[in-house]
Amino acid sequence: MTASTLTRPGLARDLHPLAWWAWAVGLATAASLTTNPLLLVLVMGSVTLVVMARRSGHPFGRSFRLYALLAALTVVLRVVFRILFGGQEVGHVLLDLPEIPLPTWAAGVRLLGPVTSEALLAGLYDGLRLAAVILCVGAANSLANPKRLLASVPPALYEIGTALVVAVTIFPQLADSARRVRAAQALRGGSTTGVGRLRRFLVPVLEDALERSLALAAGMDTRGYGRSGGASPRERWVTGSLLLLALTGICVGTYAWLDPTAPRVLAVPMLGAGVVVAVLGLVSAGRRVQRTRYRPDPWRAPELVTAGTGLVVAVLGWYVAHAQVVVAYPGVDVAPYLSPLALLVGVIGILPAVATPVPASAPVRREAVA
Amino acid sequence: MIELRGIGFHYDQEVVLSGVDLTLDEGELVLVSGRTGVGKSTLLGVVTGLVPRFTGGVLTGDVLLEGQSIVEQPPRERAHLVGFVGQDPLAGFVADTVEEELAYGMEQLGTAPETMRRRVEETLDLLGIADLRARDLRTLSGGQQQRVAIGAVLTTHPRVLVLDEPTSALDPTAAEDVLATITRLVHDLGLTVLLAEHRLERVVPFADRICLVTGDGGVRVGDPRAVLTDSPVAPPLVELGRLAGWQPLPLTVRDARRHARTLPELSARDPAVHDRVAAPAAEPLVVARGVTVVHGRHVAVRDVDLTLSSGRTTVLMGRNGSGKSSLIWALQGSGRRRSGSIDVAGSDPAELAPAQRRTHVGLVPQTAADLLYLETVADECAAADLGAEAAPGTCRDLLDRLAPGIEDAVHPRDLSEGQRLALALSVVLTARPPVVLLDEPTRGLDYAGKAELARIVADLAADDHAVLLATHDVEFAAHVADEVVVMAEGEVVSSGPPRRVLAESPSFAPQVTKVLGAPWLVVEEVAAAMGGVAR
Repeated sequence: MTASTLTRPGLARDLHPLAWWAWAVGLATAASLTTNPLLLVLVMGSVTLVVMARRSGHPFGRSFRLYALLAALTVVLRVVFRILFGGQEVGHVLLDLPEIPLPTWAAGVRLLGPVTSEALLAGLYDGLRLAAVILCVGAANSLANPKRLLASVPPALYEIGTALVVAVTIFPQLADSARRVRAAQALRGGSTTGVGRLRRFLVPVLEDALERSLALAAGMDTRGYGRSGGASPRERWVTGSLLLLALTGICVGTYAWLDPTAPRVLAVPMLGAGVVVAVLGLVSAGRRVQRTRYRPDPWRAPELVTAGTGLVVAVLGWYVAHAQVVVAYPGVDVAPYLSPLALLVGVIGILPAVATPVPASAPVRREAVA
Repeated sequence: MIELRGIGFHYDQEVVLSGVDLTLDEGELVLVSGRTGVGKSTLLGVVTGLVPRFTGGVLTGDVLLEGQSIVEQPPRERAHLVGFVGQDPLAGFVADTVEEELAYGMEQLGTAPETMRRRVEETLDLLGIADLRARDLRTLSGGQQQRVAIGAVLTTHPRVLVLDEPTSALDPTAAEDVLATITRLVHDLGLTVLLAEHRLERVVPFADRICLVTGDGGVRVGDPRAVLTDSPVAPPLVELGRLAGWQPLPLTVRDARRHARTLPELSARDPAVHDRVAAPAAEPLVVARGVTVVHGRHVAVRDVDLTLSSGRTTVLMGRNGSGKSSLIWALQGSGRRRSGSIDVAGSDPAELAPAQRRTHVGLVPQTAADLLYLETVADECAAADLGAEAAPGTCRDLLDRLAPGIEDAVHPRDLSEGQRLALALSVVLTARPPVVLLDEPTRGLDYAGKAELARIVADLAADDHAVLLATHDVEFAAHVADEVVVMAEGEVVSSGPPRRVLAESPSFAPQVTKVLGAPWLVVEEVAAAMGGVAR
C-alpha cells in the first residue's frame, strides 16, 4: 500500500514546503491588512478547505485542529476583554453594566461599564483578524513538514539545519523519557517535598537526555556529519571572516536604521553592504560543501501556482487596503460588504486545493497502514 | 585489512587495554566477547574512532587500514571506511523516515544523487525492508530498527562494519533475522564485521574468529573452538560440550546433536528434574482475571488471566510489543487497565495510594536507572529507607545480600548493569512487597551477571515472594522459571511448566533442549544426571 501510492506517476507527492509557506504567508499578509469580517471569514474558510484537502499524514498534519482552537480562543478573548475593560462611551448600549471604580493610580483603565454594540464589533473584527493570521500559520505547519523545510536550507547553513531538525526530534523523546521516569519514581519511596521531588524527576530525565545526545552525536559523527571535505585552512578562514564581517555590518546597519540620531551613512548602506558580504560568505561556504541531497523536493508548476497564489493574494490585499479603505476597514456602525476585488482576495486562496497533487503521505493511507 | 598495532588505552588510573594486536581480514566476522566492563566497547571504539574522542582517556598504538594509519582521523573522516551501529539504534537515528535515514550518510559524503537513489533501493532489498521505506523510524519494531540502522551505514559502502550488541534488545526471532542479515553481508559482499555481543549462543555459530577480551588489558584471538575451550564466557552448548568432553567443541546445535548420540543414556527420572514441577500447591498472592489494557485504539493486553503464587517464579515471554510491559504495569496498579480484576492480598493495587501500592507490589522497570537519582549508593539506600518508613539500614542489608561488596560512596551510574539492577531491586524491596515484578532484567548482563540474577531470583522465591519477570532470554528463563507464560498480540498463547512450554516452542527452546530433547533444559541438570550415571 505504501509503495504503490508512491510510485503512481505524477500523482501523489509532497509539495515543496517553501511553496506552502509562501502561500500561507501571503494569505496571512492579506488578512492582517483588513478588518472586514466577511473577507476574514472567507480567508479562514479557504485556508481550512485547503488544509482539509491537502493535509499530510505526518504527526504535524494533525496539528491544525490545535491552531483552530487557538484561533477561536483568540476571538473569544478579544471580545471578553472589550467587555471587561470597557470601550467607547458612545454607541448603542446593549447591556448597561456598572463601572467598577478603580484607584487613581490605575487611571486610564476602566473595568466593566456599559457594553456597546460598537465595542463588541470592534473586538470581534480585531479578534477575527488575529485568528485568520493564526490559522494561516497553522495551515502551513500542517501542510508542510517543518523538518523538510529545515532540511531545504542552502548548503552553507546545512549544519544549522540539521541541528534544528535534531532539536525538533528530541522533544517527543524528552516527553517519553519524562513519562517513563515519573512512572518509575512512583515505584519507590523517597523525598516528597518540593525540591526533593523535582530532583527525583529532573536528575534521571536530564541524565537520560545527556546520554541520548551523546549517543546521537557519536552516531552522527561516525556517519560523516561535519566532514571538512576538501577545504583548505585558508578557504575556511576566508569564509569565516566574511561571515563575521557580514554579521557586524548587519548589526551596525540595523542599529543605525532604527536610531534616527545615528549618521545616515551607517544605516541603509551599511545594512546593504552587510547583506552583500553575507551572501558572498554563504556562497564561499557553499562552494566547499561536498554534500548532496537525497531526493530533494522538486519545484515545479504546482509549487509555482501555490507560491504565486500567496503572492497575488498579498498584493491584492494590499491594494484593497489602500484603494478601497471602506471595504478593507468597515466602520462598526454599518454592515460590512465586499467589493468584487475583495471577494477575489478571499476566494483565490483556495486554488492550491485543486492545483496541487495529493500529498504522498495522506492521512487516509496512514490509517490503512496502522 | 584493518590492523590494530600495540593498542593501549587507559584512563587516569585504570588500564583498559594494553598491547592489543588484532588483524581483521576481508570478509571475516570477528566476535568480540568477554565479561561486562572489560573493554569490548572500547576496542570497537578504537576502530570507529569514537575512542578516545567521545570517552576521554589516552589511546596509544596505531590503527592501519590497508597499510595507512587512520588513528589520527576523527570518526567523521572514517565514515566511508568504517560503519558503526551502536547498542540502541533509535538513539543514533538522525532522519525521521527509513528512506531518509538510509540516505543520510551518503548525503554527508557528497554521493551523486543517482548513485544515492540506486544504493538506497539496493539496500532496502538487501535487508528486506523495502516495505518499510516511508515509515517513521520510531514506529518500527526493535528488529526492524536494527536492520535499518545497519542499512543506513551500509549505503556508504564501508569496508568494515562495527556492531555493538546488535541483538541484545531483541527477541529470539528478531535476533535471528538480524544475524541472518549480517551473515549474508559477510558472505555475499565480503564485508568485514566486528561484532560485540553478550548472547554468545546467538552469535557463535556465525563467527569466523573470536577475540576474547581477557580483562587484564589483553586479548586472545583465535578459532571459536580454540578460544571457547576455556573462555570464562561460553554459551550453554559449549558448556555442554565441555561437560561431555566432546572434541571438537560443538558450535551449532547440529554439531552437538551429532555428538549427543555418543552420550550414555541419561536417566530423566532424576529427582532434581521433577521437584520443581511437582511443587506443593502454593498460596496465590496475585490473582488477575480478564485483564485488558488499551493504549488509544491499540489493545496491548487482551483478557489475560494470571495467578502468581508465593515462592514461585513466573517468566513472561513473547515478542517485543506483545504486551509484556503493559501487563506488568497493570499488575503493579499504576498502569491503567480497561477492565478485569486484580487482587493482591485482598486489595486492588490500582485503587491504592502509591505508597501503599509499593508495599503490595514491587516493580523494577526496564531501565533500572530511572529509579535512581542520588549521587551515592549510600544516599540511595538512606532515601529508600526513609521513603518506605523502614528501619535505617534495611535497604543496605538487602543490597549486601543481593550484590555483596558495593562501596557506599560509588555513584549509581558507575555501577555495572547487574549491580545497578541489584540496587534498584533493593530500593524496591525495602518496602517489603510480597510480589516482585521485573521488566527485562537481563538486559546488558553477561553470563556471570545472569547467574547472579538467577540466584537473586531464587532467593526471593525462597523467601516466599511471588516473582514475575519478563525476558527474551530463553536460557535465563530455563534457569529460573517455575512457570512460563508466553504472550502474543496481548493474549496468553501458552502457559505452564517450562519443561513443557519452552520445549514445545521452536523459537523459545533453550540450546540444551534442542540438543538432548524434551526433559532437559539446562546444563546443570545434565551435569547432575551424568554424575549419577558415573556413580
